[in-house]
Amino acid sequence: MSETVAHTARAPLSVASPGGDQLRRRAKKKRQIGWAFVAPFGGLFALVFVIPILYSGYLSLFQERMVGGTSFVGLANYLKLVQDPQFLDGLYRVFRFTLIQVPIMLALALVLALALDSKRLHGAKFMRISTFLPYAVPAIVSTLMWGFMLGVRYGLFKNLNDWLGTAVDPFQPSTTLISIGVMVTWAFTGYNMLIFYSGLKAVPHELYEAAAIDGAGEFRVIRAIKLPALRGSLVVTVVFSIIGTFQMFNEPQILPSMVANSGITTYYTPNLYVYNLAFTGGQQGYAAALALVMAAITIAIAYAVQIRGMKRAFDQ
Amino acid sequence: MTTTASPTRLARPPARRRYTIDNPRKSRTLTFLTALFTFYCLLPLVWLVINSTKSQPDFASSFGFAFGTRFALFDNIAEVFTYDGGIFVRWFLNTLLYVGVGAVTSTFLAALGGYALAKLEFTGKKVFLFVVLGSISVPGIALAIPQFLLFARLGLTNTPWAVLIPSFVNPFGLYLMWVFAAEAVPTGLLEAAKIDGAGEFRIFMQIALPMLVPATVTVLLFSFVSIWNNYFLPLIMLKDPNWYPLTIGINQWNKLASTAGNGALLQNLVVTSSLLTIIPLIVAFITLQRFWQSGLALGAVKE
Repeated sequence: MSETVAHTARAPLSVASPGGDQLRRRAKKKRQIGWAFVAPFGGLFALVFVIPILYSGYLSLFQERMVGGTSFVGLANYLKLVQDPQFLDGLYRVFRFTLIQVPIMLALALVLALALDSKRLHGAKFMRISTFLPYAVPAIVSTLMWGFMLGVRYGLFKNLNDWLGTAVDPFQPSTTLISIGVMVTWAFTGYNMLIFYSGLKAVPHELYEAAAIDGAGEFRVIRAIKLPALRGSLVVTVVFSIIGTFQMFNEPQILPSMVANSGITTYYTPNLYVYNLAFTGGQQGYAAALALVMAAITIAIAYAVQIRGMKRAFDQ
Repeated sequence: MTTTASPTRLARPPARRRYTIDNPRKSRTLTFLTALFTFYCLLPLVWLVINSTKSQPDFASSFGFAFGTRFALFDNIAEVFTYDGGIFVRWFLNTLLYVGVGAVTSTFLAALGGYALAKLEFTGKKVFLFVVLGSISVPGIALAIPQFLLFARLGLTNTPWAVLIPSFVNPFGLYLMWVFAAEAVPTGLLEAAKIDGAGEFRIFMQIALPMLVPATVTVLLFSFVSIWNNYFLPLIMLKDPNWYPLTIGINQWNKLASTAGNGALLQNLVVTSSLLTIIPLIVAFITLQRFWQSGLALGAVKE
């Protein structure tokens, strides 16, 4: 690839040579054709990604006021954001959630993948498909199911409380986040498991044979062969999980209509806050600033994980 | 291979030879622990199936994992399809429209772009790739408000286009196609076709695209699921129930059902319509599961 690039770059210098003109025309034609292939994607990408982000940046410099309409306020929205207790509350909540839920989910997924790959299970295929199935379930349906099941109005906890005479409510303010954790872990562990599992399937069989000759036990094989082979998969799963939990929206948006007094506020997660500010609060400028800050935080963390992960891979 | 065979045989006592590294002794403890997790994964689905067979009064009164006094599954299905003038059918067709057009278009555009990025030279290619890959980690919400305002200005909100156009762009799909095309399509073959006088687009359609089939199926599946399950985008873009996909429709029924006091009693519809919504996806998952695995391997290897 680099050869061709150098070739194209040198072409204009060789105008004097007899073949130079033709060469240049050919190089130019090549360029046009490549763009023709990416143009449909690129055009829509601009419409759906680039322009909205730029527009967001523009909007974030304005404020909507009850009196006097929209006015330019510079960076005031961003300054307001840093001191907004509601934003900080939501941000702290998703941070906490990410720090606890993501490691638990990925550890479960990793152990599950290693177990399914060990060939020591009865019915491994059935269990592999079953654990991946929740990924097929839309967030609305999974929230409904768990909402009904954990709810005290219709669900299992109503029955449990009736039988045991207790008053356990998984959706009281202090435990709602844990219940959401149970739902999210349910939905995505299988997906992450399959990423690890595919990574394990890519390990060359000779390595296992060599390990068997050396008399390595199962745990030695896991530590010396399988875990190092999963480094790339681990980076991918960590990055996607962080992006996912930072964006949390569906569960806290749907739950309040099912359970009363769950402690879910309009600013429970930053995304929910953005949504409520923009679509019910009419504060689009402030919402745009918030959304951009969240995007920047997410990207920064995702990149930090990626760079660290890759650096480790190089160190090996 | 032949050299490794003899020491392995020596290392194992003859009585245990039927256990090999490809077929080790099964572990009951490990099976039990994995089965526990499988139970957690299947539990809500079992709950859904059981409760879709209950009538509304049974749903409210009976134990969650017991059947009701009456097997009402078919009554429930009939009611789902006829309630509110059969709007569920409309939502179902809308979802099919969004998924069908969205998944096919986005996959084709990703294949076209991914192939060009892997196999054709053009200026600005690296910048293009960098921007698109960077966008994978941009949270959807950062785009939602300006997308909504932009689409409102273009008069596209509350039309199917508002859901379709964003679904045409799949940066992760483009990334998968790029990775796959770089390895699966031999450059020599493309050059040979060029010498024979084939145009670039014809080369793509007739030579490259058939070689990209495994990646295409994977990207198609991912788009299928993500569009089928999409909630946030249609939630903000659509106000007219006639254009709702299933996810938003079910949510609307759920809201109706949960409204305190004078709420309509239609939890049986909420549960049954949820079941009907996930059946096509579960069928697709089980029948096409080997493509999932290969696709996920593809995404992780590149890092």
